[in-house]
Amino acid sequence: MILVWLIVIPLAGGLVAGLVAGRSQASCRVVALAATILGFLLSVMLWVRNYAHVSLWQQRNWLAEFDRPWIAGFGIHFHLAMDGMSLLLIVLTFLLGIASVLVSWREIDDGVGFFHFNLLWVLAGIVGVFLAVDLFLFYFAWELMLVPMYFLIAIWGHEHRVYAAVKFFLFTQLSGLLMLVAILTLYFAHHAATGVYTFDYAELIGTPLSPRVGLLVMLGFFVAFAVKLPMFPFHTWLPDAHTEAPTAGSVVLAGLLLKTGAYGMLRFVLPLFSEAAHRFAPVAAALAIVGILYGAIMAYGQTDLKRLVAYTSVSHLGFVLLGIFIGNRWALEGAFLTMIAHGLSTGMLFMLVGMLQERTHTREMDRLNGLWQTIPRLSGAGLFFVLASIGLPGLGDFVGEFLVLLGSYRSSVWLAALATVGVLCSTFYGLKFVQRAFHGSNVNRWSLADLSGREAAIVGAMVVLVLWLGLYPQPVLNSFEPTVQHLEQVVGPPSMAALSTGARTIPVILSPSRSAGAKDPANGSAAVLGTSPGALQRYGGKR
Amino acid sequence: MSSADFVALLPLIVLGAASVAAMLAIAARRSHSLTAGVSLAGLAVAFWSLWPAVGVVPRQVTPLLVIDRFAIFYMGLIVAATAAVVLMAYGYFERQHVVREEFYVLLLVAALGCAVLVAANHFVSFFLGLEILSVTLYALSAYLPDREVALEAGLKYLVLAAGSAAFLLFGMALVYAQTGTMEFPALARALALGGAGHLWVLAGVAFMITGFGFKLAVVPFHLWTPDVYQGAPAPVTAFIASVSKGAMFAILLRFFYQSGSRDLHSAGLVFTIIAVCSMLAGNLLALLQDNVKRILAYSSIAHLGYLLVAFEAGGPVGAAAGTFYLTAYMVTTLGAFGVVTMLSSSERDAEEIADYRGLFWRRPALAAVFTAMLFSLAGIPLTAGFLGKFYTIAAGASQSLWLLIFVLVVSSAIGLYYYLRIVVALFATEPVPAAAQKPYPALGFAGGATLVALALILIWLGVYPHPILDAIQSAMASLL
Repeated sequence: MILVWLIVIPLAGGLVAGLVAGRSQASCRVVALAATILGFLLSVMLWVRNYAHVSLWQQRNWLAEFDRPWIAGFGIHFHLAMDGMSLLLIVLTFLLGIASVLVSWREIDDGVGFFHFNLLWVLAGIVGVFLAVDLFLFYFAWELMLVPMYFLIAIWGHEHRVYAAVKFFLFTQLSGLLMLVAILTLYFAHHAATGVYTFDYAELIGTPLSPRVGLLVMLGFFVAFAVKLPMFPFHTWLPDAHTEAPTAGSVVLAGLLLKTGAYGMLRFVLPLFSEAAHRFAPVAAALAIVGILYGAIMAYGQTDLKRLVAYTSVSHLGFVLLGIFIGNRWALEGAFLTMIAHGLSTGMLFMLVGMLQERTHTREMDRLNGLWQTIPRLSGAGLFFVLASIGLPGLGDFVGEFLVLLGSYRSSVWLAALATVGVLCSTFYGLKFVQRAFHGSNVNRWSLADLSGREAAIVGAMVVLVLWLGLYPQPVLNSFEPTVQHLEQVVGPPSMAALSTGARTIPVILSPSRSAGAKDPANGSAAVLGTSPGALQRYGGKR
Repeated sequence: MSSADFVALLPLIVLGAASVAAMLAIAARRSHSLTAGVSLAGLAVAFWSLWPAVGVVPRQVTPLLVIDRFAIFYMGLIVAATAAVVLMAYGYFERQHVVREEFYVLLLVAALGCAVLVAANHFVSFFLGLEILSVTLYALSAYLPDREVALEAGLKYLVLAAGSAAFLLFGMALVYAQTGTMEFPALARALALGGAGHLWVLAGVAFMITGFGFKLAVVPFHLWTPDVYQGAPAPVTAFIASVSKGAMFAILLRFFYQSGSRDLHSAGLVFTIIAVCSMLAGNLLALLQDNVKRILAYSSIAHLGYLLVAFEAGGPVGAAAGTFYLTAYMVTTLGAFGVVTMLSSSERDAEEIADYRGLFWRRPALAAVFTAMLFSLAGIPLTAGFLGKFYTIAAGASQSLWLLIFVLVVSSAIGLYYYLRIVVALFATEPVPAAAQKPYPALGFAGGATLVALALILIWLGVYPHPILDAIQSAMASLL
């Protein structure tokens, strides 16, 4: 039932915020803030309360579950379930939700009620995506989060908002329909095999599909998630949408919507179509590498700060995709950490650019020069989050990308080498950002207000979180542990075997997630092998 | 005829009596509200009379009409949709400087024609229903004679509908010449006995498909649609788009399911081609339009293409998916044209996209209803259109109609673009110059309440379709 509350709180909050806005704008903002804080507290409470056993491997047992028949004729259930992965992503969702409401406090003054209605409903849609384990419900939530996001961009965006919003909507809608066809194909294939009509995730895992059909159905899902992620060459909506969206919209887009793509890969593509995903992994990894390099190079070429940050997302999410399709323990953990860390650091970068734009009414780097002299605190925050974003050790993104590199090195030295070039490139765009915007002399004679108390609170909280993720990521990794074990069981051995022929695999002494022997990879897989003879055979065969 | 026969026929009798009553009311006292009230009361009684009729179905009443659950379900749709049209038309005609009362008589007769169509399982009743419907629609399309486009619409509809009726009649004649029967079940037996491959039967069915095609406005028989949609008064367009198309789809289902013509291989091929062309042409041509009524006209062509995907899937799933899609589509079209009706003035209908710029900031409720309708047409969740599209794709996937599904997916993504164009205009934030800012006509209570009800039904169907799905599935059982 608590899962339903997680969805109902933002939905109801959005309705109330929309209704009270007619009387007073301030109360509308307070209602929206209260709803997001309530959701945040609820999800953190779930995490703390379940922390002791969140990391335990529970086969098909969720932390919390809610299941009711919905459209019985089709075997559709209103089935929500939560494991460590979705729990953490929901915590992130509400956290960035709070930040989005706060950052819009001064920025939005037209149509305040409708704005907060849309903001909270998009959060509800995202929570729905993270919780749905009935494929119909998942698709429902997947499509539903589009509409409010579309309005956020199309109404409160910048100059080319309509173009960007329509492009965003068309890309995601078309890819979403392909996923719907894939879901239905799986549904009928499952019926043909078992005689049961169901959209239930747990039931559909292991549906026998012929190799050709399996690949096509997998691609249907993959394309939908790859567009959201975004993967090169499906990324072209992203720079437009991120740049034109209002600050809160960019934060939600970069911090959360992109994560739904990665989440979909982890939750659905790998477990449902392990065979097809295996065969497709080299292609996906290659596209991920292209995305990492392309995003970094394009980011370096931008003069619009928001566009620059938008392209860095393409690069960072390339690491996530790489990690997911490398598919070993290090890479998966790295991919997940990158998801969380990128949500915080890039979300924060968008907020800082938004604050700059609010003060200077420009996002052009060339017009900003030397801001450090007038707004040292904001510039310092900018430096901090740029450094986080380019992977400075000790900050969140570093751990994630390092683990992905480590994992890909085990599969293929070449992949790891190319991805490392991407990390190198990120230094260029990061330093360019800092030098052009903050350093130098204040030639344009900017005299601006530094961080306000409200803004400083957001920045301070985010700094702490990014440091925490960088210095002590273990709690996050622990919560992700069951998902890793689950993936190891259904997906089997590292899926990049095909690419690793030329590369020497080296023994990795470092235990990736925890130092205690009980959870090292060998023991972990042994436990998995014990539970599933099929996995044993597959695992042994590939070795 | 037994008394049970009369009970079964009750909805038709009530509809006929209501139109006579409305006519007599006009003769007694010419009053807009009185006539509209009598018509509404007649429709309410007709709707109520469906329950006694359900008690005696299925029943063949005379060789011409079969009253079964399928017919009852569609009659319910027709009566309810006609009532919605009456409610929305009331405010619209209050603003027009014409003789208003006869509109309701014509509308009731048209509804009667539709009700006959959905119960027909004989060529004669099929043709009778069709002509009752068509003749009244000629008059309804041209109901505002001082508008040039209205006369053009009426005339165009007259010529093309008469032509298509001729095709249909000739097709029926050819089939009859070969099989010697005009009843659908007897036809199925005759075809099963080997008449199916005969040239005359094939030619007859081909001519009939042409007739159906004109009435459903599918490519390549769609040319009249945009002009008639644009020219006819907005409430009439709402009726043509929802009720008249719905009744035609019902008779299409009944004819092809019950006469065995669906099993003709070439008919399936023809419908596949028609469906593909309709989906693509409808959506692509709508991209070029700036007139909301014409956009909705082209979009209706595309939607009939989607409906044919469900029809092609066949079997109980296809019929149920098609009927659900049609129900959703009727609610949506009524709502969309309802908004157009509400905003239309006495000089012209609100049909340019420019008329809708920034509507949300001035009339949030009306714009919200319109947005919901447009999202339903685009197939976005929470709306009935989403479940309809889902069901249709499911029906297609269950029969592995991959070509049709692929075209459906691509063309609905194209379609999204022009729906979004209207939505963008509704929410446009740039200030409208004061000169262009005309005051909107006042919302009548009846029309406003109807729109709200339609929006609620739309969401109800999209979120909790269980009851209506059960009703549809039991109704479709009588078709097979």
